[in-house]
Amino acid sequence: MSTSQVHDAWDNTKDDPTKPVELILGGNDFTTITEKVSDIVLERKTPRAWYIAITATAGVTGILFLMIAYLFIKGVGVWGLNNPVGWAWDITNFVFWVGIGHAGTLISAILFLMRQKWRTSINRFAEAMTIFAVVCAGIFPGIHVGRVWVVYWLFPLPNNQAMWPNFRSPLLWDVFAVGTYMTVSLLFWYTGMVPDLATLRDRAKGRVKQAVYGALALGWRNSHRHWHRYEKAYLLLAGLATPLVLSVHSVVSFDFATSQIPGWHTAIFPPYFVAGAVFSGFAMVGTILIPARKWFGLQDIITKHHLENMNKIILATGSIVGFAYATEFFIAWYGGNPNESFAFINRAFGPYAWAYWTMVTCNVITPQLFWNKKIRTNLTVMWIMYIFVNIGMWFERFVIIVTSLSRDFLPSSWAYFRPTPVDILTFVGSFGLFFTLVLLFVRFLPMIAMAEVKTVMPIADAHSGERRSVGDYHGDIPAHIRDGGSH
Amino acid sequence: MSATPRHGALHALMTDFESPSQFMHACEKVRDAGFRHWDAHSPFPVHGLDDAMGIRGTRLPWIVLVGGITGFSAALLMQWWMNAVDYPYVISGKPLLGLPANFPVMFELTVLFSAFACFFGMWGLNGMPRLHHPLLANDRFRRASQDRFYVVIEARDPKFDSEKTRAFLASLGGAAVEEVREIVEG
Repeated sequence: MSTSQVHDAWDNTKDDPTKPVELILGGNDFTTITEKVSDIVLERKTPRAWYIAITATAGVTGILFLMIAYLFIKGVGVWGLNNPVGWAWDITNFVFWVGIGHAGTLISAILFLMRQKWRTSINRFAEAMTIFAVVCAGIFPGIHVGRVWVVYWLFPLPNNQAMWPNFRSPLLWDVFAVGTYMTVSLLFWYTGMVPDLATLRDRAKGRVKQAVYGALALGWRNSHRHWHRYEKAYLLLAGLATPLVLSVHSVVSFDFATSQIPGWHTAIFPPYFVAGAVFSGFAMVGTILIPARKWFGLQDIITKHHLENMNKIILATGSIVGFAYATEFFIAWYGGNPNESFAFINRAFGPYAWAYWTMVTCNVITPQLFWNKKIRTNLTVMWIMYIFVNIGMWFERFVIIVTSLSRDFLPSSWAYFRPTPVDILTFVGSFGLFFTLVLLFVRFLPMIAMAEVKTVMPIADAHSGERRSVGDYHGDIPAHIRDGGSH
Repeated sequence: MSATPRHGALHALMTDFESPSQFMHACEKVRDAGFRHWDAHSPFPVHGLDDAMGIRGTRLPWIVLVGGITGFSAALLMQWWMNAVDYPYVISGKPLLGLPANFPVMFELTVLFSAFACFFGMWGLNGMPRLHHPLLANDRFRRASQDRFYVVIEARDPKFDSEKTRAFLASLGGAAVEEVREIVEG
């Protein structure tokens, strides 16, 4: 491949406070950025590996739909659910996938409001992942209801019983929170993509591509009078998405926190769930981003500095998660409620101790290794850590849901949950769907936000004589300080 | 779509620049020359160009505010009507309209309606989608979405004069001035 000149040796992770960090390496200018990103979609021959990969993931997606069909025919008894464990892998998978999505919104909206310029290289990818993860998440509550033919009862629609849903139920709040999240994420993603779709339209050679990208670009012609409103709209959408993303996993946590089950009924859940969501989402972004930047030769746009920054966020949110685990235990003891303290002792030393300690190992110990700079800048090591975090965060949801339900108030009804092959294949199948969507995205849409990346390049600054708004947290150093007071 | 568009009357005059700073200085000059129907096109939003072009603020935030208020009120009304009027839910003797329990849906619909207002408001104010425009039919203009910076003065501007404006654009120091023609479908 022609990308062999792109070396991982480029290292912009050295800490030198006197110099702005270069976010785009390899001497790129506007032209090369445009060519690099749009050629992946328009010019480059689709690699054979892509066909092999999508065949595999589409096959796994097929398993998902087969399992769903089987479930619809037979009923939820094909899962390992029992009494009292009425929620298990279905809701674990739902919470897991919604959580994955949160990293995309954090990168696209919250880091935007905080003017973190490094986000521009990874935000398109992370936002796409948000949407695909929410698609996967949305499947599970839909299929676990038992009577799928009345699944529309989830929504406040007029029906033949003249009944409305109960708006005091957090399960209904979930419908609104996840539905709004999906919609707003799509609007935000698409809005951000329109200028890049216009670039594809203008570079496309075939009539079909010109027509499709042209229609999707809505006739965008890069007018500054349009950019002016566009930037305002982008800022407003970021401002709307920020409280929204915090609300989504808070509402998901209400599904548990507003119940009376020991181990669920805790006020710490909303912030703890949100931190866990961001933690798991960043790990998933990294899991896909590290191979993708290599396969498509994007190491000069998605640099090690970007990955290191992501690892710092994983360290921060992972520490919050670890602290939340400790707080739960402290409150279980300090609160003096025997059911609550039993629930937590049972979590750590009961029949699901193996799951609990898997979770603690992956989520509490793994991220702490990122304090070490060598570890957080080593691509292989960080990728392995991401896998650990992905596993750990799935287990976190499993531990919360299943340990509490399997040991409820009445010892005579206690039971142990074991997944059936249908449980396992449905979950595996959801990964097939996720990766199929990711593969379609990298093949047909611009995976780097070209227009946004251009704004953070040093040559983008129209005041280049007076100030240099480049780089990251060292950016915007006034010229008279940078040049030693001659200005 | 099959026939090559025939070219009609003069739509605008166009020049282009290689660097954002030349572009910005050119925009300042066009603004100071008093043109009204003109525009600047760049692959990304150039920082500081609002002032250089003399663009005033947009009313988009007000549209979004209206959207948000609509969503908030709609959610409150919907929950009150559905759970307290049309099908009263009596649960543990709690009030039929309990604001804390109704707040999550109110919040979500506020965000949803605001986002819709923002999305459709922005594209509406920008006059999009509009797939048919003289600039889009110009081959040279294609680099506006890639790596060049364009200044375009429209023929309908009251100060437009094909000779004087051409000389003025040429004096800005960009590439050769080009005529952009209206599209006439054959």
